[in-house]
Amino acid sequence: MRVAFTLNGVPAEVEAAEGMTLLHALRGPLGLSGPRFGCGQEACGCCYVTVDGEPRPSCALPVEAVAGRHLGTVEGLGTPEAPHPLQAAFLAEQAGQCGYCLSGILVSAAALLARNPDPDEVAVRAALEPHLCRCGAQNRMIRAVHRAAREMRAGAVA
Amino acid sequence: MNLAFGFPMGKGGNAPDLPGSLRAEPRLFRWLRFSADGSVAVTPGKVEIGQGILTALAQIAADELDIAPQRVRILAASTPGSPNEGVTSGSLSIQESGIAIRHACAEARALHLRLAAQRAGVAAEVLHVEDGVFKRPDGEAVGSYWAQAEEVLLDVEARGDVPPKSASARWIAGQPVARLDLPDKVFGVARYLHDLRLPGMLHARMVRPPARVATLVELRDGPLPGDASVLRQGNLLAIIASEEWVAEAAAARVAARAHWDVRESLPEEGQLAAWIEATPAQPSEVARRDDPAPAAAHVVSARFQRPFLAHGSIGPSCAVARWQDGAVEVWTHSQGIYNLRADLVTVLGLEPERIMVRHVEGAGCYGHNGADDVALDAALVARAHPGRPVRVLWSRAEELAWSPHSPAALAEIEAAVDAEGMLCRWQTVLRGNGHSSRPGRAKDPTLLSSAYIDPPFTYPVAIDAPMAGGGGGQRNSVPGYRVPSLDVSMHRLLEMPIRSSALRGLGALLNVWATESVMEELAERIGQDSVAFRLRHLEDDPRAAAVLREVAAMCGWPRASAGEGVGTGIAVARYKGTGGWCAVAAEVEAAEVVRCRRLWIAADVGEAINPDGVINQIEGGAIQATSIALKEAVHFDRLNVTTDSWDAYPVLRFSEVPAVEVRLIGPRDAPPLGAGEPSLGPTIAAIASGIHAALGIRPRAMPFTPDNLAAAME
Repeated sequence: MRVAFTLNGVPAEVEAAEGMTLLHALRGPLGLSGPRFGCGQEACGCCYVTVDGEPRPSCALPVEAVAGRHLGTVEGLGTPEAPHPLQAAFLAEQAGQCGYCLSGILVSAAALLARNPDPDEVAVRAALEPHLCRCGAQNRMIRAVHRAAREMRAGAVA
Repeated sequence: MNLAFGFPMGKGGNAPDLPGSLRAEPRLFRWLRFSADGSVAVTPGKVEIGQGILTALAQIAADELDIAPQRVRILAASTPGSPNEGVTSGSLSIQESGIAIRHACAEARALHLRLAAQRAGVAAEVLHVEDGVFKRPDGEAVGSYWAQAEEVLLDVEARGDVPPKSASARWIAGQPVARLDLPDKVFGVARYLHDLRLPGMLHARMVRPPARVATLVELRDGPLPGDASVLRQGNLLAIIASEEWVAEAAAARVAARAHWDVRESLPEEGQLAAWIEATPAQPSEVARRDDPAPAAAHVVSARFQRPFLAHGSIGPSCAVARWQDGAVEVWTHSQGIYNLRADLVTVLGLEPERIMVRHVEGAGCYGHNGADDVALDAALVARAHPGRPVRVLWSRAEELAWSPHSPAALAEIEAAVDAEGMLCRWQTVLRGNGHSSRPGRAKDPTLLSSAYIDPPFTYPVAIDAPMAGGGGGQRNSVPGYRVPSLDVSMHRLLEMPIRSSALRGLGALLNVWATESVMEELAERIGQDSVAFRLRHLEDDPRAAAVLREVAAMCGWPRASAGEGVGTGIAVARYKGTGGWCAVAAEVEAAEVVRCRRLWIAADVGEAINPDGVINQIEGGAIQATSIALKEAVHFDRLNVTTDSWDAYPVLRFSEVPAVEVRLIGPRDAPPLGAGEPSLGPTIAAIASGIHAALGIRPRAMPFTPDNLAAAME
């Protein structure tokens, strides 16, 4: 069964198969590496993508469930040449160690800033609560989200 | 890696006197090679495990060679391409690899300058280096690393006679530098081993038995999805398919069709302490001092217990292997590629030259996790599919339940102060499994699946490095405080129902907490402030006193309680007794559960190559330690480990992470001492101290959950 959707703004489709999750499709036939496998049980946040703008885990979601939806991954946020303010802020704050959790965290942070341009610390922590970072870089990440929020608000005013 | 413990000694005549890992590999070209294209390849044997070592090593090379850091290409470790630096562990990578690269670069620079000076007819001393170009005092260029790349032969042994730059002459080592690997990681670029995709690659999943000790008696036939096939070797089961989802779906079906005879082999978890005490053990003396001691006026004795702990890497272990023409190539995120190769030699029966091991970054690594194990899995499956690369990815359940675990242990301490309020006697007795099952060090392999193939191997029981090598279970068991009568002994268990090995901090997690708790209890007994009491016993160790004073100032010690159930604790230790010093203060809030709201940390790690990286490591270690102190314990029944999901093995989440302030102090020109581990022991100890400040309870068992705290009240 062909399943079609929009991926990072571009039409995409895959042939769904038994047991194929959205994460399998993204990392397999669709050739992405940003969404990562961490647990397969929606418990760690490594595989987060946005589905119609809402962050959610992709590791247990059958790919058929996203037919016709708009999907976003970390690859859709920005590039080294044109980084998303969050990507620039995470680099400025050196917010990461092993970095395996970052793709999912950036996706959730971007969704947060899209709906709340000025989140307080409690809101940032709440938005990132589904995400585990075992290296202990959370405080840097919280600072990076606030830095990006400031720069996005300044950019919106300018 | 530690020098006294399986360090591969080199062949070079100068080797014994050379610094760092140059001892193991003195030939300069094994460390660096210049290219005519204006770059230098640096080939450390240490590996990136999330700690930022590649960036620090690039800083060291750029500084010593006087070239822009962008010209440094750090090549991933491989056999036989990189020096054998043992294992990337023990917070030793700067001391061993960094110092070797610093000296190798200094010698290479001198060789290059000598050639350029000869040609220019000037003395080498008058030349200086500007981004790799050798210039006379008048600014005229007389050569460069790049132009001379083919002429200056680095196929020589280091002589150890070229001193590297003085600390004050360094321009980039010592500066905060952005990590080289981080851009790939924020843009989702394929960088991890998990992202490696080779042409024709097959995907495999392992099907583990329902018990540690199990015999596969029947595997019912039945249909499998797609092109999935089963590989059975004794009691080892793997599923292979051309697509990941097919392999996973098939693995679930096969698991349901397998019938196993199982045997109980694990202790009763509720009787863990009794099991540790009853299990046969090898006793050894850790430290003993019999100076004349005044009579004891106050005695404190207490027993401290810690559980088995899991690494909980965020990305499950992964490996790729390709078997071709009687040789195998393995891509791994192992901490020690040569050690892994040695165990692969034993299991696979190949000559070492027929096994090539290449390091590729994995998710964060905090010690001996499943990385080596999954590499054997991939090699075994690849042997059955010659010519095809095979990728094995572990499940979350395998990662949490089947990786090596950090062993449970007991520490019993009895200590006393004299009538003057000074320590007069200290006795510690440790019991637990050893902290190393690393591969490549014993006759038999330690790799998980080696015990399930036919014929099976038997795991060697985990050992502990001697104190000269940092120790294992006994790490940090010798108090850093002056005491005339000292008796520290260890009983390493000779049975190992749960495969035990090294996790960040090793014995320091238990021993720093136990030591610091007893120090506080003694201070309390004689009515002294615990910081002042510690300082009175740290006169021989001014750098320990300095970090303790610093953290006391940072948190405003002695801190008044910020409300009911809120208290601040404090602790200090020098990691391994030979590494970095770290003092931590922890503000703890005890309600239904204990939370750590805030941490203040002062650390002295000597020279910090990348101070921002050091702060990141110190803070990360403290946050992992907070998670360990408050939440973590491996649970098991008589058959197997049962904490095989994040629900069953919760770790700290964003809402629970304390605010952290880190300050680096101490001499920046002193030798580097490592940053990855010094903060863990003192953080656990400071949280325990904060619990006492908040609740009046001295924790006696980790983690500091309501159940364990209630038991401590009885």
